[in-house]
Amino acid sequence: MSTTIDHLHGEGAAHDEHSHDHHPTGLKRWLFATNHKDIGTLYLFFSLTMLMEGGLLALALRTELFSPGLQFVDPELFNQFTTMHGLIMVFGAIMPAFVGFANWQVPLMIGAPDMAFARMNNFSFWLLPPAAILLTASFFVPGGATSAGWTLYAPLSVQMGPGMDLAIFAVHIMGASSIMGSINIIVTILNMRAPGMTMMKMPMFVWTWLITAYLLIAVMPVLAGAITMLLTDRHFGTSFFNAAGGGDPVMYQHIFWFFGHPEVYIMILPAFGIISQVIPAFARKPLFGYASMVYATSSIAILSFMVWAHHMFTTGMPVTAQLFFMYATMLIAVPTGVKVFNWIATMWRGSMTFETPMLFAIGFIFVFTMGGFTGLILAVTPIDIQVHDTYYVVAHFHYVLVAGSLFALFSGFYYWSPKWTGHMYSEARGKFHFWNSLIWFNVTFFPMHFLGLAGMPRRYADYPLQFTDFNRVATVGAFLFGLTQVYFLFFVVLPTIRGGAKAAAKPWEGAEGLEWTVPSPAPFHTFETPPVVE
Amino acid sequence: MDFAKLRAACRFAAFAVLAGFTSLALAGGGDSEGGPAVNQLNLPQGVTPISREIYTLNNGMLVVCLVIFILVFGAMFYSVLRHRKSLGHEAATFHESTKVEIIWTIVPFVIVIAMAIPATQTVVAMKDTTSADLTVKVTGYQWKWGYDYLSGEGSGIGFLSNLATPHSMIGSPELNEPAHPAGDEYLLDVDHPLVVPVDKKIRLVFTAADVIHAWAVQALGVQQAAIPGYVRDAWFKADTPGVYRGFCAQLCGREHSAMPIVVKVLAADAYSGWVKDQQLAMAAKADDPNKTWTKDDLMARGATVYAQCAVCHQASGKGMPGAFPALDGDAIVNGPKDNHIALVLKGKNQMPSWKQLSDVEIAAVITYERNSWSNHTGEAIQPSEVKALRSAS
Repeated sequence: MSTTIDHLHGEGAAHDEHSHDHHPTGLKRWLFATNHKDIGTLYLFFSLTMLMEGGLLALALRTELFSPGLQFVDPELFNQFTTMHGLIMVFGAIMPAFVGFANWQVPLMIGAPDMAFARMNNFSFWLLPPAAILLTASFFVPGGATSAGWTLYAPLSVQMGPGMDLAIFAVHIMGASSIMGSINIIVTILNMRAPGMTMMKMPMFVWTWLITAYLLIAVMPVLAGAITMLLTDRHFGTSFFNAAGGGDPVMYQHIFWFFGHPEVYIMILPAFGIISQVIPAFARKPLFGYASMVYATSSIAILSFMVWAHHMFTTGMPVTAQLFFMYATMLIAVPTGVKVFNWIATMWRGSMTFETPMLFAIGFIFVFTMGGFTGLILAVTPIDIQVHDTYYVVAHFHYVLVAGSLFALFSGFYYWSPKWTGHMYSEARGKFHFWNSLIWFNVTFFPMHFLGLAGMPRRYADYPLQFTDFNRVATVGAFLFGLTQVYFLFFVVLPTIRGGAKAAAKPWEGAEGLEWTVPSPAPFHTFETPPVVE
Repeated sequence: MDFAKLRAACRFAAFAVLAGFTSLALAGGGDSEGGPAVNQLNLPQGVTPISREIYTLNNGMLVVCLVIFILVFGAMFYSVLRHRKSLGHEAATFHESTKVEIIWTIVPFVIVIAMAIPATQTVVAMKDTTSADLTVKVTGYQWKWGYDYLSGEGSGIGFLSNLATPHSMIGSPELNEPAHPAGDEYLLDVDHPLVVPVDKKIRLVFTAADVIHAWAVQALGVQQAAIPGYVRDAWFKADTPGVYRGFCAQLCGREHSAMPIVVKVLAADAYSGWVKDQQLAMAAKADDPNKTWTKDDLMARGATVYAQCAVCHQASGKGMPGAFPALDGDAIVNGPKDNHIALVLKGKNQMPSWKQLSDVEIAAVITYERNSWSNHTGEAIQPSEVKALRSAS
């Protein structure tokens, strides 16, 4: 953020003797950025922008669903909004936010001067805005944006207009960006650790990102393959997913979810990493079971490749396949449970304080676990068949993606923003943001469990009268949750960048790690001489 | 994208927040018969052995999860309350314990296995579609269901099942207020429900004509995707006569929320009576394939068939700018009739193929389209012309 550069020309110059090099200012600084901190900042602002766009789409959906009947948007436009809400939140908000955290924190936490491939780092970021523009612009082409759902199931996606092609192209570009970002992260972590930092001494956030990066490299090409086949089915007469030409529509789902399930862990493993940094810092006690955390994360990653068809129990599979995917999915509860137990054991007999990062971390554990339990229930094939594609599933994945990934991102922001900006955020505002987020999140999504159990299907523009009350509660909650995030942007993020109490190099009493050994804000160049880890 | 709609949405955004605070008015009306109840909190028990097993399974899992939840978070909140710096609590330094870690890996593993055993039995039972008394083919269309009785009592019966809720009740973004107040069966009623006998094993075979749909009726414990070009099956055996409702669960396009499912379970003799009535009615209604139709007959028949086209192209024939083209004044509708027939048979982009309609219905609706609004081709399309093109393609 802009203060890093001021710092460089001020007192930091004495500290950082190699800062004589010229670096561009203004637009050029960002366009040609090769510094991991600048690129991290770009990623974070990009994802915050996308979070707002995706949030607006969600509010448009909740607006239409306030009452039964069609009042405000045509069902076709409603379906476009659901689709784009999903695509934008997954590929535009959550994934780039974690990459932004990786860019800022991985070099600082392993004592590296920068990411391994600085120019590729620039490219992987600057691929994202064109993709976002393609997605947004697709609303304005004839026929509008794709309305096939974020999963883009064939053959519905084959029926779509040109908006679908823009979405396919955007996802291709974002996939390329993710792969490049992952290569960068893996090489940085494996080759550029400070002397003495063995693999089993790496901070958990670095571990989780290493594993996530491997997942990304493994599955993004699979998604690219699926949507390329979709593209050729649409325009070049192939029949990958068309039964009349010898293809199979269900094959699309298999390929998509082979990407899609690891993708879920791509969005949650770095969140586990952030929580594993924050809890020990505020419990003033080392992370419990570090080694078992590493093994649990790896097991989750490996299992994530073996459970994809649990998204497809109702497509009709042989009984053996249904049983295999049910057992494999239920097994994931074990390593996930280990992580939750470890976090609680870290808190146990600690000396805790409850600054905003800790509040979001505890909120994360509490609410994410509810999403974990509904996940376990959904893994049971017969129950899944009753509630598949209902609001129960919508509730489940928002409990793990909003209360999971997003809350962890908030926790990480409050934890590391003193390092990024050099300023302390306002604790009162942080707490206001936390309590409002937690309460309105639950007001929005808890009633959706009831709607789903009563059978209300997802992606419905209109619904029977019996579902009205819970939908109203959810809509009210959604607007207040949305307003809370606008508050976060304008009353927390921007003011913290502009000013505030000066942050110490190590603002948290119990925090540990190399990132706290450099001044706040972190100078433009750090660790040009590698630190030595005991 | 339509900016007028966006503006309306923005206006409402403000309204919704206000309304949320001031008028969280409870919806009037009551439970639907055999469908969702008002503010229903749990799965329905349903009327089949499978749906009851699932209900019990879900409740059992819920209890187990709740107990674990209370234990784990009891410990966490105890720690949060007691192990505070503000209370002067000093941090301990322990950071591992192999014994504890092994215990809390093995205990969840055992719990998961205990959950999987009853679930496995249900999965195996759900998959056993053998020795059915009655087999019905279910076809998903954009946006309605088709039922064809393949074997068992009533074989040969076939019909389409459309949403019965009139569009004037649903409203539209332009109208803002629906013209008719909605009743308890709003979006839950169809014109022709699937009718089956009680206490008989019904096997359903699923397919679809255009995109993937999913036939979901919780009270019967069935949800199965209907996949174009492929056949899947499921079964149920209802033990209580009555009406049971469900939905299309797989996103299938614009009218996804407007293709509900109604299953009527009748006592054995009532079912036999229904089969007789259907067979008589079908014989009476069958169109004579060799008849030459007059333009007036075609127009009258076409007006009823066009109701299905009006979902997108609108009763006014004006379509929806940007999404669905107007038929009024359209080049294909006023051009050579073979192109028009071919388009209806094959579909194009978002428009599905309508080949499931009979030759008479297609001839009638094309005649209607070519002679309505400002279109005056004066042509009367004969079913034989449709038949010729259908076999040519």
